[in-house]
Order: sequence, then structure tokens, then C-alpha cells
Amino acid sequence: MTRSNHSLWLNRFAVFTALATLILIGIGGLVTSHEAGLSVPDWPTTYGYNMFLFPPSYWMGGILYEHTHRLFASFVGLLTTILAVWLWIKEPRRWVQWLGVAAFFGVVLQGVLGGLRVTLLQNSLGFVHATAAQLFLLLVGIIALVTSASWSKIAANETWSLVPKGLRYLLLSATSLVFLQLILGAVMRHQHAGLAVPDFPLAYGQLWPPTDAAFLDSVNARRMDVFDPNPITAFQIVLHMMHRLGALATLLAVGAGAWISRSRLGNRAPLTKATLAWFCLIMLQAALGAATVLSRKAADVATVHVIAGAASLLVGGLLCFIVLRFSFAPSKAEKAPGHSGATRLPAPQTETALTTG
Amino acid sequence: MKKLIGFLGAAACVGTMQTASAGDITGKITLKGTPPPAPEMPLKADPFCGKIKEVAAAPGNPRMPFYVVDKSGGLADVFIYIKEGAKAAAPPAQPVVIDQVQCQYTPYVVGLQAKQKILVKNSDPLMHNVHPQPTVAGNKEANKAQPANAGPLEFVFDNPEVFLRFRCDVHPWMFSYVGVVDHPYFAVSGKDGAFKISNVPPGDYVIEAVHRKTHPNGKGITQKIKVGADGAKADFTVELPAQ
Ligand SMILES: [Cu+2]
Repeated sequence: MTRSNHSLWLNRFAVFTALATLILIGIGGLVTSHEAGLSVPDWPTTYGYNMFLFPPSYWMGGILYEHTHRLFASFVGLLTTILAVWLWIKEPRRWVQWLGVAAFFGVVLQGVLGGLRVTLLQNSLGFVHATAAQLFLLLVGIIALVTSASWSKIAANETWSLVPKGLRYLLLSATSLVFLQLILGAVMRHQHAGLAVPDFPLAYGQLWPPTDAAFLDSVNARRMDVFDPNPITAFQIVLHMMHRLGALATLLAVGAGAWISRSRLGNRAPLTKATLAWFCLIMLQAALGAATVLSRKAADVATVHVIAGAASLLVGGLLCFIVLRFSFAPSKAEKAPGHSGATRLPAPQTETALTTG
Repeated sequence: MKKLIGFLGAAACVGTMQTASAGDITGKITLKGTPPPAPEMPLKADPFCGKIKEVAAAPGNPRMPFYVVDKSGGLADVFIYIKEGAKAAAPPAQPVVIDQVQCQYTPYVVGLQAKQKILVKNSDPLMHNVHPQPTVAGNKEANKAQPANAGPLEFVFDNPEVFLRFRCDVHPWMFSYVGVVDHPYFAVSGKDGAFKISNVPPGDYVIEAVHRKTHPNGKGITQKIKVGADGAKADFTVELPAQ
């Protein structure tokens, strides 16, 4: 009784850490939206102060975002450390313990990456930092999932073995697409060039925008949407268009995943429900992307777009994790010991499932 | 000894001759076309900048100085310099000063020589960070905090670069653009668009006029000129590209 109570609290703590990480990604997005990444020139100190003693009277302009990001990151670092220690002491499954250790090193690495981005004045490290954040969230999300009470229920569900091979690959590809979209998005954000393509759904009033020098000269001389007249380049326009095409491909892939899951596994299968929810999230994310352009990259809209992007990868990543664990080689999964409380499928049922599927 | 006096005499003579026959390049930069209105700097909305007396007293926010044009079409803040034909010269000892006033860098555009000192002052009652972002190899990026009442920060750039951008990351509208060249023959156009490059030795040159917004890649309009004993005249028309 005390143990299950304990794992309940451990799971709640893991979920809390994941939520805090999602918020942290949002604050990180605000820092980039306000181009405030370098508003505090030093690290790990803040204008020479210990960051926890930095006087609030200095929290102004871009410093407010950057400093809040650092403080909240320290908080997430603390949560992750506690989570890792807690898992190490109380978690019976060795591999879950190691997930905690990986999360601990992940959060340290991520903090150092953020610090180096400031001290080395490297914009390119900014996008590595942003991409690594998404992977860290996925890691914490996996910990939250496998420590939850639903984990054993998910494991016990008999529809996993029905998942066709093609659907597995489709889910993996769709998640990879989301990840690619996140990388493209991070590169776009860290280019600090504002909106390379200012209209939607068309691009400069056309299906595919021109990128010749005369066109760029005109655009750059006339654009008034940013303080810093950093010139828009052909590369940025192409990047932006790839992000739009990528969004379309992701929508199609996830939509197809939900459709196939529904027709093969039925409405009530957890995979069908999950892929449908994922599809809704991707649609929301696409709408937010359009809103980011139409609002001329309003910081709040852009930040929600970043958070929803992170959530999209989280859902896709968790789905892939579940599918990889339960639908590939079911006999192997059965042999693996130690899913506390997991109900196993009776062997014959699995076989029938395999032959019918 | 005699030899030395003779040499010094000759050197002095050459020196005077050069000064005597050196001329000024003068001209005017005109903008053709009407730019859209520039965005406002959100000074009043900033809890710190908004409290500065002059900012609080002003009826509205200033706009970004993308195109500063007078009634006659004269375009300010254009950097004009000799691109080809000028000999590199040692930098003057006098530093160039950039100040931060009412949460803006002033001047917005300034020229100086490579290896010449830049002093950045802070006249505001609040903290800025001074962040030059050179793109030419050998010029060093830096990011330094400058609290209220702190002394000036010093920067030196070894290589020519037009424009080298200074920014403040605390206030995302704060920029200053520095034209760095390796000789003293440069100018920045004034409010009426007029400019004057002084004491140019006679000869053939290529001069270039660069406007930060119209020529964002640093490639401006060039002109071949011949400087005589009475100098030379060079007008430029900067065209706002058609939409
Ligand atoms: Cu500032």
C-alpha cells in the first residue's frame, strides 16, 4: 500500500517535472522572440551577481526574459535531480532508473549549452540548445509515462499486436517529421530575421516566392516590421517554405496514421484515440504557425507555437515509444520482467492476434 | 647633418604641397521614392526607459530612423567613403564617441578608421549592454554590461567593415551602425543629405555611398571621380526599389 502510494507520488512528481519543462521551453521561446538571448552578457553569473541574488530592480527589457529563463531552468534542474535520485532509490526497474540518470545528465548538459550560447556569443548554439530541449522533454515524458498507473494498462491492451508494420513505420516517420519541423523552426527563430515570408497562405502573393537579388533588395528596403533591418536572404525564404511544406507533410502523415489505426484497430484502441488526439494537436499547431505569420510574429503567439510544437513531439515520441515496446516482437516483451503490476496477455490470444493481424 | 636638414626640408615641402593641393569631395544624397512609415520604438511602454524625463514628456514614441529625409529629399545617415584609390593611413589618436541617450544609440550611423578607438558612453539612468556584432574576420564580437553611471567602454576593430552593427539586447530597438575603413576619407550625410570628405589628395578614386536600409548587404552605389586641386563634387541618388 505504501509502495503504490509512493509510486503515485513519484509519478505525479515526474508529470510535474515534464510540465515544468514544457513551460521552460515556452520561456526559452519568449527569450528568442524578444531577441533577448544575449541581454545578460555573463554566465553563470548575472551581471556579476550570483543569479539568485540578482536585484529585481535590474529585471528590465530583455533581461526580464533571459533572467526568468535562467531561474526557471535552475528550478527544472532541481526537479530533475530530485526525480533522478528518487527513481534511483525507489524504482525497481533498472532501465527506468537509468532514464532518471540520463535526464539528470541531460539537464546539466542543456544548462551548459545555454550558458555557452551566451558566453561564446554563438547563435548556432542557440538552435542546438532549443532542439536539445525538445529531446529532454521527451525523456522526462517517457519517465512520467512508464511510472504511471496507466503504463501497465497500456501494456495489457491486446490491440498492440494488431498494429500493422506499415503503421509503425508511418508513426516513426511522422514523429521524425515533427522533429525535423522543430529543427527547422529553431533555425528560423535563431536567424533573427523576423518573418522571411510575411503572408499566409500565399507567399509574397504567390505559391512559391521569388528569391532573386532584385526582389530581396526591394523587400529589405521596404520592410518595416522589425527594428533591426537584418536583410532577409534567399536561404531564409527557402527555409520558411520548407517549414510550411513540412507542416503539410506532417498533417498528412499523422492524419493517415489516425485513419489507418481506426480502420485496423477500431475506435476504442488506445492507439486510435492517441493518434486522433495527436492529429488534433498537429492541426492546432499548423493553425498556430499560420497565426504566427499573420500576427507578424507576435511574441505570445510565437511562444504558444513553440510550446505546441514541443507537445507535438512529446506525443509522437511517446506513441513511438509505446508502439516500439509493445508491438514489435511481443514474445520478447513478455519475457522482460518487472513491470510491476502489468497484466500479461495470455499466450494463445497473442497468437491469434498475430495470425489475424 | 646637412643631409638630414635637406631631407627634413624636402619632406616638409612634400607635406605642404600635398596639403596645399588637397581638395574636398562634397555632394548631396537624395532619396527617390517614398518609404513606408518606420516602426515606433516602444520607449514609453518600457518601465525604465519610459521614466526618463524627456521620454515621458514627449508626446509620442520616436520612430526607427530607417529613412531620415528632409523636404528636398536629402537623405541623412548615408556613409560615403573612398572605396578604391586611397592609401591606408594610421588611425588618429582621438576616439570616436557613441552615446546612449533616452534608450537610443547616438549617432545612429558613424564612421571611423580601423584600429581607431570607439568609446561607448551611457548617459541614461539605467543599464544597457553594448554588443558589437562584426561579421568580418578579425573584428571581435563582444557583449558588455554598462550600468548607469559606469565609465565608457572601449572598442577597437582592426579591419575595415561597412557596416559593423552595435546593438543592445536589453532594448531590442537599440542599434548603431559603424562604417570602419582604413583611411581618413569618409563622411556621413547630414540632415539635408549633404556630405563633405576633407583633404583628399588629387587623383582618381571610386567612392561609394551606402545606406543601411536600402543597401542592407553593405553594397552601395559607386561613382568614379577625379579629385583636383579644388576638390570634386559627387551627388548620389538612392533609389527605393519598386515594390
Ligand atoms: Cu539598452
